Amino acid sequence: MKGLKAIFKRELGSYFDTPVAYVFIVIFLVLNGIFTFYVGGFFERGQADLAPFFEFHPWLYMFLIPAVSMRLWSEERKSGTLELILTLPVSLTASVVGKFLAAWVFTALALLGTIPIWVTVNYLGDPDNTVIAISYIGSLLMAGGFLSIGSCVSALTKNQVIAFVVSFIICLAFNLSGFPMVLDVFNAWAPQFVVEVIGSFSFLTHFDSIQKGVIDIRDLIFFASLIGFWLFANVLAIEFNKGD
Amino acid sequence: MKDTLLEVTGLSKSFSGLKAVNNISLTVERGEVLGFLGPNGAGKSTTMKMITGFLTPSEGNISVAGCNIKEMPLLAKRRIGYLPEGAPAYGEMTPMGFLHFIADIRDIPRTHKKARIDEVLEKIHLTQVAHQPIETLSKGYKRRVGIAQAIIHDPEILIMDEPTDGLDPNQKHEIRQLIKEMATEKAILISTHILEEVDSVCTRAIIIARGEVIFSGTPLELASKSSYHNAVTIMVDSGLEKEIQLMLEEITEIKDFEITPQKDFTRMTMKPKVGVTDLRQSIQAKLDSTVYGIHQLYVEEGRLDEVFRTMTRKHESGGIHRT
Ligand SMILES: Nc1ncnc2c1ncn2[C@@H]1O[C@H](COP(=O)(O)OP(=O)(O)OP(=O)(O)O)[C@@H](O)[C@H]1O
Ligand SMILES: [Mg+2]
Repeated sequence: MKGLKAIFKRELGSYFDTPVAYVFIVIFLVLNGIFTFYVGGFFERGQADLAPFFEFHPWLYMFLIPAVSMRLWSEERKSGTLELILTLPVSLTASVVGKFLAAWVFTALALLGTIPIWVTVNYLGDPDNTVIAISYIGSLLMAGGFLSIGSCVSALTKNQVIAFVVSFIICLAFNLSGFPMVLDVFNAWAPQFVVEVIGSFSFLTHFDSIQKGVIDIRDLIFFASLIGFWLFANVLAIEFNKGD
Repeated sequence: MKDTLLEVTGLSKSFSGLKAVNNISLTVERGEVLGFLGPNGAGKSTTMKMITGFLTPSEGNISVAGCNIKEMPLLAKRRIGYLPEGAPAYGEMTPMGFLHFIADIRDIPRTHKKARIDEVLEKIHLTQVAHQPIETLSKGYKRRVGIAQAIIHDPEILIMDEPTDGLDPNQKHEIRQLIKEMATEKAILISTHILEEVDSVCTRAIIIARGEVIFSGTPLELASKSSYHNAVTIMVDSGLEKEIQLMLEEITEIKDFEITPQKDFTRMTMKPKVGVTDLRQSIQAKLDSTVYGIHQLYVEEGRLDEVFRTMTRKHESGGIHRT
């Protein structure tokens, strides 16, 4: 536990040791603003809620989260510090979880930066704040899912750019798998249950109900087990490739 | 009382067919500094990576202060201080921040964490750069950060991969002093390419080539394998060397002469034949019976670099090798 905490602290601190963190947060906020107010037609809709804001999150995370996670393990490999932490008295699982949590907390901080948008809708109208609060939690859970993918992928390469691109593609697949257009393609030839399984892996489907303010235990289990699965794969990826 | 802190038996490691380490066994007792020598690519770093639990051995056993590294990795790692090859560190951190991180992971109690870090920074001469990002430090300072990190928890077992690589002569000297000081209550394993280091800090040495142990013994035993072991060197006035050689050639214990002209004097080295241990006596006696004045006379222990070269070359050309 001590080890996990130390790893977490160092990792979170390392985000703020470079200007990248601040650049990231600014980009995150600006894109959120653009998507919500311009692309999402916030004013034209004449409705006081944050639906357009959250609807864009899966797509925003798809390329922003890989940017947060790409350096998690690839940088350790490249600089040789992987050897250092694997020879310190901290288990590999604790290191993986510690680093993941740091990235997640960092993302949460970026998400906290969007609170002014929430305040704005309250100023303009009378939104259902419970729905919005639940949506925030859902969005954070989904970010964790994307992060666990990115963390695992970054453990497979020394190259951050490769880590970014591959994570992006996997995140894209997890988004698209719930898209009607994509599912139609499978519908044409695959048996129904295959289509359902593919659809059930979609972040969109699981995020959709949360975003409407419905907490379904199955959606929570989905994200939790997804994170668990990818972090487990992350441990294995390091265990079997650490020597290279 | 022997107190074996590190025990390695039958250690091997293969990388996709290539046998980088082949059946290496070694022990390090408390109070010992074991020097780990061998040409580039011999398998020194690979062996250390297995001992410290980074790489998983293909075969063999490693026991660290009685803990098997495979069964109790965290317990074993707690008792080891390790300087990996190239002294990796987080470049964006300062030495101060980095040592705090290591101290936290090493679970150094908060009450004396600060004092301990300051003490180590002082000892390794890092105090002036304690707040500068590590990536902006010179190579020697980076190495010092690596050493500081390895000793912060005062480990019983210290494993350092080329600790003095990249240090200036003063620092080399200081780090060797430090290693010798620490040696009394620790078991230390260092790899090095500097043979004088073996002489000045190691109590024992192991030479490996192509993953196999080809020598294991004290520095003196190693030196005694040199053809210069017990050789006698004298300094004579330049110009007289021919006559003196003629006279000394009467001594049958001499195998050959080596004559090196220097500025005002000429150095003559006489190597003994195999089995001859007291060449000095014969030479001294001979010289005493003549009028030639000599300026210096000393007996050599042997030249480590020569032994190293012959041993590792012999091995490479596929000759016989000792284990
Ligand atoms: N991850 C790896 N994959 C494949 N081969 C490796 C790997 N690591 C080391 N080797 C090989 O194992 C051999 C031993 O390497 P090692 O780094 O242990 O040598 P060394 O004795 O430390 O050399 P040096 O004095 O140059 O530091 C080399 O032939 C090296 O190429
Ligand atoms: Mg090496």
